[in-house]
Amino acid sequence: MFNPRRLFLILVPYSWLFFLFLVPFGIVLKISLSDAALSIPPYTPQFDPEGGWAAIRELFSGFDLENFIWLSEDNLYWKAYLSSVWIALVSVLLTLLVGYPIAYAMARSSEEWRPTLLMLVILPFWTSFLIRVYAWIGILGSNGYLNQLLLWSGVIDEPLVILNTNWAVYIGIVYTYLPFMVLPIYATLEKLDGDLLEAAEDLGCSRFQAFWLVTVPLSRPGIIAGCFLVFIPVVGEFVIPSLLGGSKTLMIGKILWDEFFSNRDWPVASAVAVVLLLILIIPIILFQRQQQRAQEAEQ
Amino acid sequence: MSRRFSWFNATSLTLGFVFLYLPILILVAYSFNQSKLVTVWAGFSTKWYGELFQNQAFMDAAIVTLKVAVVSSTIATILGTMAAYVLVRLGRFKGRTLFSGMIYAPLVVPDVIVGLSLLLLFISLGMGRGVTTIVLAHATFSMCYVSVVVSSRLVSFDQSLEEAALDLGCTPWDAFRSVTLPIIAPAVISGWLLAFTLSLDDLVIASFVSGPSATTLPMKIFSQVRLGLSPEINALSTIMIAIVTVGVVSSSLLNKRATVRRLRQEQDALKQS
Repeated sequence: MFNPRRLFLILVPYSWLFFLFLVPFGIVLKISLSDAALSIPPYTPQFDPEGGWAAIRELFSGFDLENFIWLSEDNLYWKAYLSSVWIALVSVLLTLLVGYPIAYAMARSSEEWRPTLLMLVILPFWTSFLIRVYAWIGILGSNGYLNQLLLWSGVIDEPLVILNTNWAVYIGIVYTYLPFMVLPIYATLEKLDGDLLEAAEDLGCSRFQAFWLVTVPLSRPGIIAGCFLVFIPVVGEFVIPSLLGGSKTLMIGKILWDEFFSNRDWPVASAVAVVLLLILIIPIILFQRQQQRAQEAEQ
Repeated sequence: MSRRFSWFNATSLTLGFVFLYLPILILVAYSFNQSKLVTVWAGFSTKWYGELFQNQAFMDAAIVTLKVAVVSSTIATILGTMAAYVLVRLGRFKGRTLFSGMIYAPLVVPDVIVGLSLLLLFISLGMGRGVTTIVLAHATFSMCYVSVVVSSRLVSFDQSLEEAALDLGCTPWDAFRSVTLPIIAPAVISGWLLAFTLSLDDLVIASFVSGPSATTLPMKIFSQVRLGLSPEINALSTIMIAIVTVGVVSSSLLNKRATVRRLRQEQDALKQS
């Protein structure tokens, strides 16, 4: 059945995404196989649309995996990929440790309070990410508010060095990504049946055992969703490492940025992007599967 | 699940909200600081707000940002609503899997990759970079968020309402306009708001796809902040935080009032019948 209205509805958003999302990836892949050159745009070979088949063949013969080999031989990139994944894993764990008690307490609060608490968790999410990261520069610096407080109270004699270390990066990530962890965990805890906990305690569990054996396993879908929602964006994070991190903080989002803006090496930047995407594909697929399973379980 | 609310829960909520809000409150408090040194308190003053409004570069960037946000979120809302309708209502068609993949992928692909790939596209098309390219980029990733928000609303409402309108002689477009659209309107509006804030907030993608002719507010803030703390940035942040807080709080109050009104109308209707 041919239906022009239906075709129009499908075609407009489809072609928009096709040309502005999928095609650009093709271009990144193409340039990652090219060589850097001192030209505008700064890579070679360039495609000459007038040349016909010969031009296309020439284009493909100019492609090679040189940039990827260069990435694999240079220790900097290996270290940056590994340290991005490591920083993301540590951040996920820290966010979980901070976020779980908050989500738990929210689910335990009285029903009339919950909408307000939810709004309080979401509100910072609507304010600018950049500003929330900036706020920590003033707190963590060597003359910052935290050091002023600690020096004044006599806990320390010399200012702590936190800003421009990985610790500042962890704090910044936990701070900005906390809602992503709290909300899915809260959603599963809110639905949890309190009778189950009573039953566990009647059967001789201590409070902690009941929590560990009943509450935690039942909130696992929320925990998993929260972990993915933090892990995936943090691996490619740029703003936090560049504002709070130091010269020793290696994160791949920052490397890509520097490779592009400072070194103007577009082919290497593109190759970095391709590898970053490959690293993220596995967690993304796992996350999608888990979401699907959770949806099916609900029905 | 509301049983005991222990001191442990009270403590974790208190600490949690102190952690979330204290940095913002400090930032706001020190925007009224007299001193140029942001971390040293030297008395109350609003002079940094005055300096901010005198700063032409900030004002220009704010105007560019608002323009981009309004236009891109409107495009994103139209496209995202269409995409949601296609995914939820139109059933199977060739390439549906690819389509839904393209809707969900931008939600998880890092900004640096989206920015880089769009820039390379614009360059290979020979497009001049500026406001237009930022609008196109923002509309593209925001439409995916809009379509997720709208499709969750479309899934949950009763399709027979649309069918009834069609049976009563509406054209499909009339049925959409007078039945579907009013029902999904809250989701469309919150989709627009989400797209608007995403656009206001974006630094990375805008930095890639913009040219020297267009600087957005986040780009301006970032270049300033890289050099260190600045009282003007504190003042600017305070204004932005105030706008967002007023917006979010008032919209949630309006929502609450609308719910109360609806409940009352339902009760009145029951009484009359």
